[in-house]
Amino acid sequence: MADLTTRFAGFKSPNPFWLASAPPTDKAYNIVRAFKAGWGGVVWKTLGEDPPVVNTCSRYGATSYKGNRVAGFSNIELITDRPLAINLQEIKEVKRDWPDRALVVSLMVPCDEESWKRILAAVEETDADGVELNFGCPHGMSERGMGSAVGQVPEYIEMVTRWCKQHTRMPVIVKLTPNVTSILGPARAAVRGGADAVSLINTVNSIVSVDLDLMAPEPVVDGKGTHAGYCGPAVKPIALHMVAEIARDPECRGIPISGIGGIESWRDAAEFIALGAGTVQVCTAAMHYGFRIVDDLKDGLARWMATKSYAGIEDFSGRAVANVRDWQYLNLEYKTIAAIDQELCIKCGLCHIACEDTAHQAIASLRNGGGRRYEVIAGECVGCNLCMHVCPVDGCITMQRADDGSRERNWTQHPNNPMAVGASPVDGAAE
Amino acid sequence: MAGSQVTAHPDIAAARLSPEVYRANFADVHPPLEADQAVVEANRCYFCYDAPCVEACPTGIDIPGFIRKIATGNVDGAGLRILEENIFGGSCARVCPTEILCEAACVRTEQQGKPIAIGALQRYATDPTLAAAVHPFTRALSTGRRVAVVGGGPAGLACAHRLAMLGHDVTVFEARERLGGLNEYGIAEYKVADHFARAEVDFVLAVGGIAVRTGVALGRDLSLADLRGDYDAVFLGMGLAGVKALECEGEELQGVFNAVDYIERLRQAADFATLPIGRRIVVIGGGNTAIDIAVQAKRLGAEDVTLVYRRTAEAMSATGHEQEFAQTNGVRIKHSAQPVRLTGRDGGVAEAVFEYTATQGGRLVGTGEIFALPADMVFKAIGQVFVADPLAEGGSSLLALANGRIRVDADGKTSLDKVWAGGDCIAGGQDLTVQAVEDGKRAALAIHRSLAG
Ligand SMILES: Cc1cc2nc3c(=O)[nH]c(=O)nc-3n(C[C@H](O)[C@H](O)[C@H](O)COP(=O)(O)OP(=O)(O)OC[C@H]3O[C@@H](n4cnc5c(N)ncnc54)[C@H](O)[C@@H]3O)c2cc1C
Ligand SMILES: Cc1cc2nc3c(=O)[nH]c(=O)nc-3n(C[C@H](O)[C@H](O)[C@H](O)COP(=O)(O)O)c2cc1C
Ligand code: SF4
Repeated sequence: MADLTTRFAGFKSPNPFWLASAPPTDKAYNIVRAFKAGWGGVVWKTLGEDPPVVNTCSRYGATSYKGNRVAGFSNIELITDRPLAINLQEIKEVKRDWPDRALVVSLMVPCDEESWKRILAAVEETDADGVELNFGCPHGMSERGMGSAVGQVPEYIEMVTRWCKQHTRMPVIVKLTPNVTSILGPARAAVRGGADAVSLINTVNSIVSVDLDLMAPEPVVDGKGTHAGYCGPAVKPIALHMVAEIARDPECRGIPISGIGGIESWRDAAEFIALGAGTVQVCTAAMHYGFRIVDDLKDGLARWMATKSYAGIEDFSGRAVANVRDWQYLNLEYKTIAAIDQELCIKCGLCHIACEDTAHQAIASLRNGGGRRYEVIAGECVGCNLCMHVCPVDGCITMQRADDGSRERNWTQHPNNPMAVGASPVDGAAE
Repeated sequence: MAGSQVTAHPDIAAARLSPEVYRANFADVHPPLEADQAVVEANRCYFCYDAPCVEACPTGIDIPGFIRKIATGNVDGAGLRILEENIFGGSCARVCPTEILCEAACVRTEQQGKPIAIGALQRYATDPTLAAAVHPFTRALSTGRRVAVVGGGPAGLACAHRLAMLGHDVTVFEARERLGGLNEYGIAEYKVADHFARAEVDFVLAVGGIAVRTGVALGRDLSLADLRGDYDAVFLGMGLAGVKALECEGEELQGVFNAVDYIERLRQAADFATLPIGRRIVVIGGGNTAIDIAVQAKRLGAEDVTLVYRRTAEAMSATGHEQEFAQTNGVRIKHSAQPVRLTGRDGGVAEAVFEYTATQGGRLVGTGEIFALPADMVFKAIGQVFVADPLAEGGSSLLALANGRIRVDADGKTSLDKVWAGGDCIAGGQDLTVQAVEDGKRAALAIHRSLAG
């Protein structure tokens, strides 16, 4: 089977699956259990300066989707609520006992050089493999000028990253917040500051739900609530996009990326890696099911890699990046039309009603005797593939290529585009 | 124990089981869904457009619509959506053979062989509405029109409820002591446990505008002519009062029962321990009634219960699901054998003698091979028949019949002016509760139109 050994920005781990800095990595007890279960690395729950923070009851909210729990997860926790000295002591012990695993220490201290210098020195003492700068935490800490308050200002990111690189020999990962309009500002700043890698995403600003009896946002703390950090399966698409943006940005070129956000299965991990991640980090899925999920993460990924003849992670890391384009460079001559496999069709009518009410009236609802039949009207179908998505039967509706593949023309070349190179100003006729 | 012991003849005894066992045996066969189970199941529904299940429900309940409401936590709305089309949605949820109705049509049946549990969800949605203090429907302004309903079964009461909602004043005449028809007297106890049928009747009547006269039989206490004279319209929902005869030697022996009579006793028993049941039981028939008596006999403590049907398993009117249910309850089913005679000892039945059958040229014939089953009790469950006598005046029926039952048009209108009919007593029906409800509802709408016109 494929080899999962991972080399990433100066870290080495037996597999690319790390636990993200969060409750699963709160203390030695959890982390030892995680290493026993087979996790390749951990990012220790974010350390700060004493006195430690104080947490609320309750702390978590969750989105159930159609009976499935924790489709999305939210929290209003802060960084570690344990004294610094205890954490440092435990880090040292764990690293001593588990030398083959990546042990990264997440940090968040006030935005002055002395504070960073001080804590970096303390972490170096533990022999940890490196640090992750938490510029992401969206609540509690940002109000004190830390976390995403720093992560939203590229100049601060660059400055703090530079301080850290100056004051430690350890590799520095910068963890980015998604609560920005473009991820490239913070990412480029981290690169300019000399970061060895970036990791993303931290949690997304959110109100996960409202308790309609208490009339208060969840999680409710004595009748009140606050905005919380959203994560779990629901945020994966947001994270994938941000990872891809960095991976294909010329200014960030080559920066190692640790992908985070909604990773629950090996398939999720493979997608992050395909878009340029070198390792992945997991939090919610572990909080939902426990550390044992790592078994299938590793096994499933290795088996899939073998079927694709990828010997190692680097063989497919970033393979999808070149296929992520700006919209105006997509081929507008590529045509598809929906096709319904009548053998597989179970007559639920969802394709019809979706297309009829909300798309292009391209699926006819027919009756022959008592039987129902749904048929694509080829002349009306625009190939949007809505029907394919709503069809509950795998493989029943497929999109069939309708052009001959001989033509390629994107928006920058299209006559309907007034700015197109060589656009016909009159009627938009083909070249 | 079985077989090894020489038992007295006939071995018929009450109180074979302990009170706890009786209670367990006659409790709800399908306990209600818990809230989380219901939500998971509801979320399996694809919310089909032009959903096949709706068409497969005789009452046309908006199934995807009510299931979606369960999924969103709007359980009251779901209950109402069901009851709008089928006021007996509660009993239908329990008694409908969904495996040949809505659930057979569910697209998930074709896709995965595992339909949405529509019946169970229907129960989940209707239970709270039925238990609520306030009846969910209000009556329209009174029309001053009066309608007589004969028979307080599902057909009659569904008709009465809809007419009452539409503002008409209804009087229900019921021959028996209680309303409910076969829901109260016939359906297997474990399908409608805890006097559900009574609670449901109270719920239906709570709409108001329905006067009830029990112990009053058409043909005995009043005539169709009286009703046509006194009321603006009449609905007949009398069900099937007769039972088919076996027409074989020994039918009159002690220990030979009509299944429906015995079930009626069981359904009315205050204590199941008072019901005498044989050790060895033979049931003759192949429908719901045969299955129900066989299973209930077993659950009353009978040791060997054999159901004998003259044709093959496929030809049985009991669904495959029902047959399997009987078998898992320890009932032995023998196909392709017809009764030849019942033999007695000391005046009581002792043995049922059968001959194997085969189909030859489309006809069922005996093969000449004979076998005998020892029996302390024999239950006849070969079908019920419509008794037209109450409709007769001067010896001839006032109404046109077809195949021995009342002939009606698509609206349930009989051949006689001002008279509609529905449920088991009409020709061409399915002999199902849900069909009776639909017949009653449809006739009510037709009566309403005729009264308005
Ligand atoms: C044993 C058994 C089990 C069954 N199990 C199922 C099942 O599991 N699922 C299912 O869907 N269906 C089942 N059925 C069928 C179902 O019960 C009937 O289809 C349904 O009850 C018919 O309703 P109805 O209103 O037409 O008749 P009934 O329910 O028979 O009601 C007729 C009413 O009219 C009254 N009546 C009769 N004559 C007169 C008169 N002259 N004057 C006044 N009142 C009169 C009767 O007393 C009775 O109350 C079963 C039937 C039997 C016999
Ligand atoms: C309860 C909780 C506490 C968290 N605490 C931290 C933290 O202290 N430091 C940090 O960098 N990220 C923290 N995170 C964010 C996670 O590390 C991770 O970036 C985010 O949850 C997305 O990954 P996921 O979708 O796998 O959960 C926390 C997340 C949760 C759910
Ligand atoms: S692809 Fe879009 S337009 Fe075509 S049939 Fe499907 S839904 Fe309609």
